[in-house]
Amino acid sequence: MKRKTFFRGIHPADGKALSQECPIRSFRPEGGEFIFPLSAHIGAPAVPIVQPGERVLLGQMIAKPGGFVSAAIHSSVSGTVKAIQPRTTVMGETRDSIVIENDGKYELFPGVGEKKDPGSPEEIRKDVQSAGIIGLGGAGFPTHVKLTVKDDSKVEYVIVNGAECEPYLTSDYRMMMERPDELVEGLKIILSLFPNARGVIAIEDNKPEAIRLLIERTASESRITVQPLVTKYPQGGERMLIHAVTGRDINSSMLPYDAGCIVDNVATVIAVYRAVVWNEPLTTTVMTVTGDAVNKPGNFELPVGCSHQLLLDEAGGFSVSPEKVISGGPMMGTALFTLDIPVQKTTSSILAFAVDPVASHPSGPCIHCGRCVAACPEQLIPQMMQDAADHDDFARFEALGGMECIECGSCTAVCPAHRTLTQSFKYGRQSVRRLRQQAAAKK
Amino acid sequence: MNKMLNVSVSPHLRSETGTDSIMRDVAIALMPPCLFGVYMYGWRALLVILISVASALGAEYLFEKLVHRPVTVSDWSAVVTGLILAVNLPATVPLWLPVLGSVFAIIVVKQLFGGLGQNFMNPALAGRCFLLISFGSLMTNFPTVDGITAATPLSALKAGESVDLLQMFIGNYSGCIGETSVIAILLGAGYLLYKKVISIRIPGVYILSTLIFIVIVSLVSGRGMPEISFLLAHLCGGGLLIGAFFMATDYVTSPITPMGQIVYAVLLGFLTALFRIVGKSAEGVSYAIILSNMVVPLIERVTVPTAFGVKRRRKGEKA
Repeated sequence: MKRKTFFRGIHPADGKALSQECPIRSFRPEGGEFIFPLSAHIGAPAVPIVQPGERVLLGQMIAKPGGFVSAAIHSSVSGTVKAIQPRTTVMGETRDSIVIENDGKYELFPGVGEKKDPGSPEEIRKDVQSAGIIGLGGAGFPTHVKLTVKDDSKVEYVIVNGAECEPYLTSDYRMMMERPDELVEGLKIILSLFPNARGVIAIEDNKPEAIRLLIERTASESRITVQPLVTKYPQGGERMLIHAVTGRDINSSMLPYDAGCIVDNVATVIAVYRAVVWNEPLTTTVMTVTGDAVNKPGNFELPVGCSHQLLLDEAGGFSVSPEKVISGGPMMGTALFTLDIPVQKTTSSILAFAVDPVASHPSGPCIHCGRCVAACPEQLIPQMMQDAADHDDFARFEALGGMECIECGSCTAVCPAHRTLTQSFKYGRQSVRRLRQQAAAKK
Repeated sequence: MNKMLNVSVSPHLRSETGTDSIMRDVAIALMPPCLFGVYMYGWRALLVILISVASALGAEYLFEKLVHRPVTVSDWSAVVTGLILAVNLPATVPLWLPVLGSVFAIIVVKQLFGGLGQNFMNPALAGRCFLLISFGSLMTNFPTVDGITAATPLSALKAGESVDLLQMFIGNYSGCIGETSVIAILLGAGYLLYKKVISIRIPGVYILSTLIFIVIVSLVSGRGMPEISFLLAHLCGGGLLIGAFFMATDYVTSPITPMGQIVYAVLLGFLTALFRIVGKSAEGVSYAIILSNMVVPLIERVTVPTAFGVKRRRKGEKA
């Protein structure tokens, strides 16, 4: 089938060879503190329904959604609630969190893991909501909200995002290779909500085995196709993916639904299957532990709430003392200052570099070369936007399309002067949002 | 863990291509025209090139020391400035001329405006135009080449004489050190295109529009339809090719917007044709480029593209 893609973008070194042939290993720590921040998703924080001292079981809901746009949290281990107190999250913020001391028994909550038939569309949406499923591609938007649209018949595409365009990450690839049937069943469940939709599993062509396997497993599914994509970053960006698959364009003020699309990550679709068919709440995440400073790179399925440090120890620890450790991919992940913070549902990787590429490439003056322009998938002029943001000229920043920036980092990764463009854009975008809120509050 | 982890905003990858490696590639690409100049005009050309580069580096070093700025001579940009100035000089110039040109280019045009990336004109070309205005006779005193008159092909054309196209292609005629050989320039240009240092957009549109505007300007000014050989002579002669590939493509002084680059290149073509056909002197590339450099900020302002997925708003339409 013809490969599809989007305009511009970059080709970073992919580094996937370190871990792509490592099968997913289940990792269940025998003890340790498990931490569940109440706002590890987009929307209202979850509301705790357990008390300190209470014993909880694996799969038991410990916090209920704080509204429609919110997500439930379930314990990923069995053990005792130690405290509900502020803890540091991956993003470096301090958030109220439920802290559970793991007893290592992994005793299941009654009913979890019992097979059942998918119910009506309403029941499916309720299952997804009560399982606490959020977008696992990174954004963490509650999935049941995404699946609840104004008019079900207007959804023409359900796109499964298997692009995995971030360098180094291989967890989605391993899931496609090892759990193809769960993926296809999950997609069929979502398709059952939208009568006019067809399912498209979109995969970058640097994963030919996954493309072949899924074409084979969907051969008898009339509503599902597999779409190979050109290997190019950020192919898995929602807007880029929709453009590649459907040729339709959306901007920052639109939702995929406006283009007749629902987009879900591979891991999210598998979580939907497990929630709807096996009554399993989302309590685990599949993560890649990789980088040149890691002893034994690999892919692991582990309970959410586990500290990054425990997982790293499982991967043999560091081979050399790293200069930088990243939670997530190298393009959009967050640099960690300590490993003593919990893994969240959306956490996809620990990436450790012996040498920090950022520190070893100090930034210099812009030479106006235009490589950022040639890289920007949003077709912006990053050089001008940085000038505006750095001078606090937010009106100009907005006029230049700054709010369309998806912070993918392409411009920064190709800049020969190694300028921190994305940093300026995050600042500019936050400032514009703050100014808009202030203006709205005045009215 | 016994040392602190680095923390920075994503992305955590950086390009191995740096400002210095780009500038070094430009210097490498300028080698064929330089070597051809040395082959044609001998040690004198070599001396002019070396002095020009050395004084560009020296001026940058001394100025930055003087004003306590970090010394940036290792980024190769001063080398490129010195080389570009040298290839635009005749080999016969007195040796103080390249020194003056380089010092003017580096200190007045580049450093006084803030250094690398801040100059609004191509430093080497501004240096050349400064020399051309101040020392016109020295700057147009071209060395004689065996069997060919000392007049450049373009001034011969201007006087209504005919020229030998094959010799122009090889570069076997009098002119500046690096501008004569089409083969040598295309070799260097090919290297820049291959290394993706430049794209074909600006030079391609520039060259094409120059030829088109030569036809238009000739017709409008009552000179009649030019012959093909006349156009080819304008293509191969003077500074058009080296200007298009090495100077019009200067990052700092050309637009960054894709549409702006096309507008800029068309403007270059128009000015070059105008200067060459109607102007008093035979050549016009240097002036066309530095004049166009000055409107680059304006061009950029009006050619900002709309973002992906955003529909261009028509006039009067509300958001």
